[in-house]
Amino acid sequence: MTAPLLIFACGNPSRGDDALGPLLLERLAAMNLPGVELLTDFQLQVEHAIDLQGRERALFVDASVSCPPPFELSRLNAVKDRSFTSHAMSPAAVLQACQELYGAAPPAWLLAVRGESFELGEPLSVAAAGNLEAAFAQLQKLIFSNGEDVWKVG
Amino acid sequence: MTFELETAANPENLKRVVIEPVTRVEGHGKVTLLLDEDNRIHQARFHIVEFRGFEKFIQGRPYTEVPVLVQRLCGICPVSHHLAASKAMDMIVGSTLTPSADKLRRLMHFGQILQSHALHFFYLASPDLLFGFDSDVATRNVVGVAAAYPEIARQGVALRKYGQEVIRLTAGKRIHGTGAIPGGVNKNLSVAERDFLLKDIGQIIAWSQGAVDLIKKVYCERPEFHNGFGYFRSSFMSLVRPDGALDFYHGGLRARDEHEQDIFDHLDYGHYWDYVHEEVKPWSYMKFPFIRSRGREEGWYRVGPLARVNNCDFIPTPLAEAERKIFKAFDSGSATQATLAYHWTRMIEMLHCAEGIQELLHDDDLLGDDLVSKGERALRGVGVIEAPRGLLIHHYRINEDEQIVRANLIVSTTHNNQAMNEAVRQVALQYLDGKQLTEGLLNHIEVAIRAFDPCLSCATHAVGKMPLEVELLDAEGKEIDRLVRNASGACGA
Repeated sequence: MTAPLLIFACGNPSRGDDALGPLLLERLAAMNLPGVELLTDFQLQVEHAIDLQGRERALFVDASVSCPPPFELSRLNAVKDRSFTSHAMSPAAVLQACQELYGAAPPAWLLAVRGESFELGEPLSVAAAGNLEAAFAQLQKLIFSNGEDVWKVG
Repeated sequence: MTFELETAANPENLKRVVIEPVTRVEGHGKVTLLLDEDNRIHQARFHIVEFRGFEKFIQGRPYTEVPVLVQRLCGICPVSHHLAASKAMDMIVGSTLTPSADKLRRLMHFGQILQSHALHFFYLASPDLLFGFDSDVATRNVVGVAAAYPEIARQGVALRKYGQEVIRLTAGKRIHGTGAIPGGVNKNLSVAERDFLLKDIGQIIAWSQGAVDLIKKVYCERPEFHNGFGYFRSSFMSLVRPDGALDFYHGGLRARDEHEQDIFDHLDYGHYWDYVHEEVKPWSYMKFPFIRSRGREEGWYRVGPLARVNNCDFIPTPLAEAERKIFKAFDSGSATQATLAYHWTRMIEMLHCAEGIQELLHDDDLLGDDLVSKGERALRGVGVIEAPRGLLIHHYRINEDEQIVRANLIVSTTHNNQAMNEAVRQVALQYLDGKQLTEGLLNHIEVAIRAFDPCLSCATHAVGKMPLEVELLDAEGKEIDRLVRNASGACGA
């Protein structure tokens, strides 16, 4: 049976702060959450549209060099952006692909966690480690909240 | 074979056009063109603009970790690195693989190539092929394909997904799997897993055959155009089985020149450095390999689907072999050197993968328990496979403490470096020379690069890190126009 909530983390664990998403999912995985499916991959691609099918909600978690620290939660709309021309698609573009291919896409959010450094073989930066803690607290709020308010943004 | 247009005689007097990043390829690369006042092209180069430092990243790590660690080099073909490193480690632990381990790895590899080829054809190449190279850029993408050809788009997603399921079940996880280990594999296939894959394989073969039919139809509708686009002749290098068959996982090295004459054949790749050297050029981070016996000027070659299908004597599955014969015979063999024939041969290979998966799924060795073998320890290991994009070489030395002290990786795209530059120059001369540049014309350059399906970097990914910048400078180097594209896709001056 398809879990109602999909949390999808992007990032390469060996690329410094690019590991933020996978590390957050590792923590969630240890909690054995019912009704939540956790997926991670280096980058988003068109086949991830299949993973979105039949969900009540989807939450993408990714490191960001442009969001304000420690993190930013935003609502996603399906958008045909330029990432369609790449091997790595944006979350909004995957939503758009889901709509085009299967007729509908679930409501979706992006939790962007501020990262600073992305070099191969680097550990998480000190700043990103702090941002990870704040983002993990936010993730738990989102998952365990009974009301809709916590999912409302801006 | 010449290096005409690689370096202009008087670059200071020329205007410079930059295509950056090249889209629908993995990683960050750019093309620079130097033009005179009449838009005549004097220099064309395809650059790699980031330094990867893979070898440094691996140094000091225990050799047992390497097959897992190298998957993080690349988000596009992690399984290829996983298997090439595992083969090198087999040599270090003195292993001759058991039949079960060999077949499980081959199954994983078929899954990887199938999903990679499906992604490239349906989502990165088909927009150009179905809509035209200079069609409206707003629809020349995967969503445009989904809107105009929804069934083709759905098949592309399903093929990719199936390949990933093969990887998941053989590697243990969807990504970062640990299936292959030094000396073998750490899991077999359960009966339930085998039956799960068998359930859909007939459909996967049918869709793969449909993809071959589609590219054949598109290609043959305009044979002169597709044969002539970015045309040049070159040598080819690939692995072949001892009987000359196509083999993605293991074999000897075969190189044939532009007249299909052997340069070498069935070479043991364990001493590849005796035959292949790498040249450094100051304007690119990516090296330029060449066949030593033919020298720097004449020794470059192509790898990947076109090289493999051209070089092999036969494909050991019936449907793909029938398609190979059609391809080779087409118009008296005129497509065998064509840049765009990469797409055709890529789909023949995808069909072979689907057939190969079916064949393996009926082999009970996949369910076996004899998964690991070890023998006499060595301090050096070389692993070579045919990755989706071509020959992939992993070479390691370890110390007595079992740590990696030296690593050398020659990835498929590096083998194709000179060939991609040649394709860019041919297209620049054919379509851009003396013309007013437009987005459609510049896309012709990208189409030529995309045919090779290059993988230019490993898998860093972060929101907000996909800039595009095109600058147009006049003959004195002064900027006369500039276009910037941000991560959301919005463009502005």
